Amino acid sequence: MRTTTSQTIGPYWHLLEDKSWADLTRFGAAGEVITLEGHVYDGEGAPMTDACVEIWQASPAADENFTGFGRAATDSSGRFEFKTLKPGPLPGPGNALQAPHIAVTVLARGLLIHVNTRCYFEGAAENENDPILNLVAPERRGTLLAREVSAGVWRLDIRMQGEGETVFFEI
Amino acid sequence: MNVEETPFRPYASGTQPDNDTAAYRSTILRHPAKRLLKIPQTITELSGPRFSEQKFPPTDNIAVNHGKEALGERIIVAGHVRDEDGRPVPHTMVEIWQANAAGRYNHDRDQHDAPLDPDFKGIGRVFTDDEGAYRFISIKPGSYPWGNHENAWRPNHIHFSLFGPGHATRLITQMYFPGDPLLTLDPIFLATADAEARNRLVSRFDLSITQPNWALGYRFDIVLRGRQATPMEDGHAHHH
Ligand SMILES: [Fe+2]
Repeated sequence: MRTTTSQTIGPYWHLLEDKSWADLTRFGAAGEVITLEGHVYDGEGAPMTDACVEIWQASPAADENFTGFGRAATDSSGRFEFKTLKPGPLPGPGNALQAPHIAVTVLARGLLIHVNTRCYFEGAAENENDPILNLVAPERRGTLLAREVSAGVWRLDIRMQGEGETVFFEI
Repeated sequence: MNVEETPFRPYASGTQPDNDTAAYRSTILRHPAKRLLKIPQTITELSGPRFSEQKFPPTDNIAVNHGKEALGERIIVAGHVRDEDGRPVPHTMVEIWQANAAGRYNHDRDQHDAPLDPDFKGIGRVFTDDEGAYRFISIKPGSYPWGNHENAWRPNHIHFSLFGPGHATRLITQMYFPGDPLLTLDPIFLATADAEARNRLVSRFDLSITQPNWALGYRFDIVLRGRQATPMEDGHAHHH
């Protein structure tokens, strides 16, 4: 058997949307709460106003109070926002240690199959030796680094195409 | 290396659509222009969210809203979610959404000149059982026009969202109906090069799912990525 074919999430996926899913702490998770925000832009720099952004983080470990998963719609300026817990480092391939990161998925009209990227945190000491970041050409690593724009608020913009194109992964 | 640490297989060639598919015009400015960077699957890709029926209650009959029946042809959709090795994917969440019988979504941005049905929201959520089986009741969605090209119409379809065991098994797809003349004109359906793969998106009419005097049944089986063969241990392939 071979994997079922992907099809676009389309423009009407918001029927699925439950705005509370953008808050990963809603079931009572405890830890260092952060905001992760950003915009999604197309190849002409126009905001994508109908995208679905999902995040998944393996740290802190998911439990009853922390699902580790969030989903948010982009608004009329292409902006998304999550409330979550700051991840810690994770084991990587071999003996490597992965820097704190969050998996980010973009699903939208015009994407026949969703695209995967990661959000790292600018300034984290572990970034330098992260086995995934080190696979990325140095001049493009910045597309994966969220910047702390105010206390506890981290921003990562996603560019689908063209100048400053986000690094997307085959996983 | 235990099963949870075994990477998922790459997608078989041709079975997934290329995001660079100009015939589907929305892709033109939205597809990544640079090649995807292949990365090893780590704990982040191998693990994934778990959804419990307690926190995410299922809604398996979306043909009824507050006791009132939606208009349209009632259908039962059922199938199994398995991996590429045929193993069931149990207790995984399946989200569904669709247009009403007239081909209109209960969505602000859908301006198609077709009636809304106050008794049809078009949204549901079910979970697979121990054997990976799922089932829900709905109404057959109508076709609807879209702006992709002159006189463009989407074939009848139901949107599906699945998670499976890991972040790397996420799947968003659409289920179609047998015999739909719009399929061979649809750039979204045709975007997948492998005809066998795309034809598996077409559900099959199934008399054993059909309930006498009540609703037609359609079977739609879903396959998520399987694990790679377990690596050699001490020079011997490890069987499981
Ligand atoms: Fe649709």
